[in-house]
Amino acid sequence: MTAALEARDLRKSFDGQTVLDGVNLAVAPGESLVVIGQSGTGKSVLLKCILGLEVPDSGQTLWEGAPLTRTSRARFLDSFGMLFQGAALFDSLTVWQNVAFRLRKTLGEQAARRVAVEKLARVGLGPEVADLFPAALSGGMAKRAGLARAIAADPKIIFFDEPTTGLDPIRAARINTLIRDIVTETGATAITITHDMTTVRSVADRVAMLSGGRVHWQGDVAQMDAATDRHVHDFIRGIWRG
Amino acid sequence: MISARPVSLTGRAALGVARLVGRVALFASRSLFMVPEPREFLRQLIQIGWLSLPVVGLTALFTGAALALQMYSGGERFAAGDVMPAVVAIGMARELGPVLGGLMVAARVASSIAAEIGTMRVTEQIDALVTLSADPRRHLVTPRLWAAILAVPMLVGVGDVIGIMGGWLVGTQSLGFTSAAYLKGSWSFLESWDVISGLLKGAVFGLIVALSGCWFGINAGRGAAGVGRATKYAVVVAAVGIFAANFALTGLFFG
Repeated sequence: MTAALEARDLRKSFDGQTVLDGVNLAVAPGESLVVIGQSGTGKSVLLKCILGLEVPDSGQTLWEGAPLTRTSRARFLDSFGMLFQGAALFDSLTVWQNVAFRLRKTLGEQAARRVAVEKLARVGLGPEVADLFPAALSGGMAKRAGLARAIAADPKIIFFDEPTTGLDPIRAARINTLIRDIVTETGATAITITHDMTTVRSVADRVAMLSGGRVHWQGDVAQMDAATDRHVHDFIRGIWRG
Repeated sequence: MISARPVSLTGRAALGVARLVGRVALFASRSLFMVPEPREFLRQLIQIGWLSLPVVGLTALFTGAALALQMYSGGERFAAGDVMPAVVAIGMARELGPVLGGLMVAARVASSIAAEIGTMRVTEQIDALVTLSADPRRHLVTPRLWAAILAVPMLVGVGDVIGIMGGWLVGTQSLGFTSAAYLKGSWSFLESWDVISGLLKGAVFGLIVALSGCWFGINAGRGAAGVGRATKYAVVVAAVGIFAANFALTGLFFG
């Protein structure tokens, strides 16, 4: 089966420091892939290279088997959603305008607002939140509003960047459940990057570990728990060997 | 043996400057030839134009008043105090209106644009725009550039009138001019090109202010320090750019 998205031999350095050193990674249609790894191992850079926000030094990204070019990337982004680590809501727009950002161009104000309120309800936020500005939201509410924006246009591919960072365990559990439910309901292909092992166990169909700029290990959650590889073993148990 | 190092360093610096100028020119030209996002354009017209009116108006009022005092006392040395209204009008329209108006807009607007876009950069809002199939230039840069190019000449025009009124106040209240004589003295020597050249300067200064804010905002470094640096450089470069452009334009228009 053709992968929904594939990174092929991606390499990226910053000021002579290699961050990605030939990353090969594929995610199948409808699969939820979680990328784990220590801080600074290039997880966010990998996502940015796939999206074209960073230009890789070499290698390519394939979407449904074809390389992403300037033209095809525009089509790819039309069917794409992303939840950013800090939610990245636009400060100058209200919550519903954030959620319906893409839809306002095609549906008009009233219909876009209706869809935004529906999506907000899907992530557990009431209509009273719709007219607030992002500055009035708590961290957890902002994350949920960001999630509503990510799913507003019913994307086929969704990226989640550290979705539970900065949240307390209860709110983190809520976000994890929402992500798993949304991915299952919509059949979207998902890539999540996280340090949070609770997120890994809640969200992942498959796990890939980045280390040394490459995919060091990959497998499902059960295989991850049984892995004898020292990097994986230590990471998932939080063991530090000085 | 003569070291080649100074030559190499000079060459590298010159290449760096040329590359930077080229990048800024490309950034500006590509942004100017896009259709601005309408809502954001209107928002920026209000932010840059309407909300700058008080500060530009007050600056013009005091400048016109001070200029009237200076020109009258200076002119009296050679019995030419009567030409003061004309000097104030020409000085405001050609030089002080656009330059001081531009500088006040630079202080108020370049800093705010750089801080806003810089914060959007560090909080990933610009990345979010890309993932939502929106071109950050069309949404953030183009509306600000065109709003400033249109709003600053309007501010300069209003500033010219207020500056002349500042001179009129001083002239009629403390220097013994009658209102009719002052106004006649102002208009009789003022030519349309004096006003038009000032408005054209205003458009160029508006472009410099918005471009500086957008460029440093988009290229802001990480964290609060990165945004702070971007804001500082945006104001400094806009102010120096206004003085340099003023010299070039004055030479072009009146040289």
